[in-house]
Amino acid sequence: MSKEWPLWEIFIRSQHGLAHKHVGSLHAPDAEMAIKNARDVYTRRNEGVSIWAARSTDIVASSPNAGESLFEPSNDKVYRHPTFFPMPDEVKYL
Amino acid sequence: MPYDDAELFEYLLRLGDTNVVMAQRLGEWIGHGPILEEDIALANVGLDLLGQGRLWLRYAGEIEARFRGTGRTEDELAFLRDGSGFRNLLLAEQPNGDFAQTMARQFYFDVWHLLLLRALCCSVDQRIAEIAAKAVKEATYHVERSTGWVLRLGDGTDESHTRMQRAVEGLWMYTGEMFAADPLEQELAAAQVIADVRLLREPWLATIRNVLDEATLTLPHGEWMQGAGTRGGKQGVHTEHLGHLLTEMQFLQRAYPGAVW
Repeated sequence: MSKEWPLWEIFIRSQHGLAHKHVGSLHAPDAEMAIKNARDVYTRRNEGVSIWAARSTDIVASSPNAGESLFEPSNDKVYRHPTFFPMPDEVKYL
Repeated sequence: MPYDDAELFEYLLRLGDTNVVMAQRLGEWIGHGPILEEDIALANVGLDLLGQGRLWLRYAGEIEARFRGTGRTEDELAFLRDGSGFRNLLLAEQPNGDFAQTMARQFYFDVWHLLLLRALCCSVDQRIAEIAAKAVKEATYHVERSTGWVLRLGDGTDESHTRMQRAVEGLWMYTGEMFAADPLEQELAAAQVIADVRLLREPWLATIRNVLDEATLTLPHGEWMQGAGTRGGKQGVHTEHLGHLLTEMQFLQRAYPGAVW
């Protein structure tokens, strides 16, 4: 058995209304300590209002080798972007 | 009940010095923590305490100016007083030891500190009440953290249990001073400027007992309490450890007086 603490991925929501964003990872013996450590490591400068922690081993990732089949097919489908529509200047964050 | 500024000054040194000395001890862990995350967390707690210490010492200096004509700044108080001038709790100056000792010291202190700060929020001295109200939020988190560690180490491996048990026993004799009120504190408490620490012992003990129980640790039962009379850290009578701590903490200002960033 490894003596290292398990790795956790940390997600912080910087303000209400925004989504949680991945900020990094850390080691912690359990979920409760993961939240506490995340608070101490990632919110020292008032970065967040909410923390999510997930065991790194629970994250399912796409394979780096599958890039061709997963992503390339969308390369030539520019019509899926909304950039063809003129946007009024007042709408800033779309 | 009457009290004078000199007494208030003396009491504020007790609060400020305990914070500053505790912060210095926690700072000693920087770069030596058992794991990066804990290294940062210890520093955070230390910085919280340092910030509170500054507020208490700054207020102390202002009070000093009222009865002495001139008052010292927070820096002068922290860096230019000798050991016998310090009024911190003996518990605060005890060496870090292993991680269990640091956490046991923190746990004993944090639980007491939170109780004290909550009580100080009701002070008739508005400034004390304001500083306490700000500090309560930080102390609440400190209690959660150190409690968590006592539980994990106590109810962890055989080795962590043994070390934690040794730590809570070794520091036990320094806990009595936290609840000892000398005439000065009794007078200030009667005037409702500060809390009567004697009243904090029961709730403190109840929390300590519960946590140690849950952590499968045995509550120490030693009766002898160091410095709980009228000759303890709060009166300027310290253990041998404070001098060494101050040597390091005060070095820069002693060697290069007035040095600034």
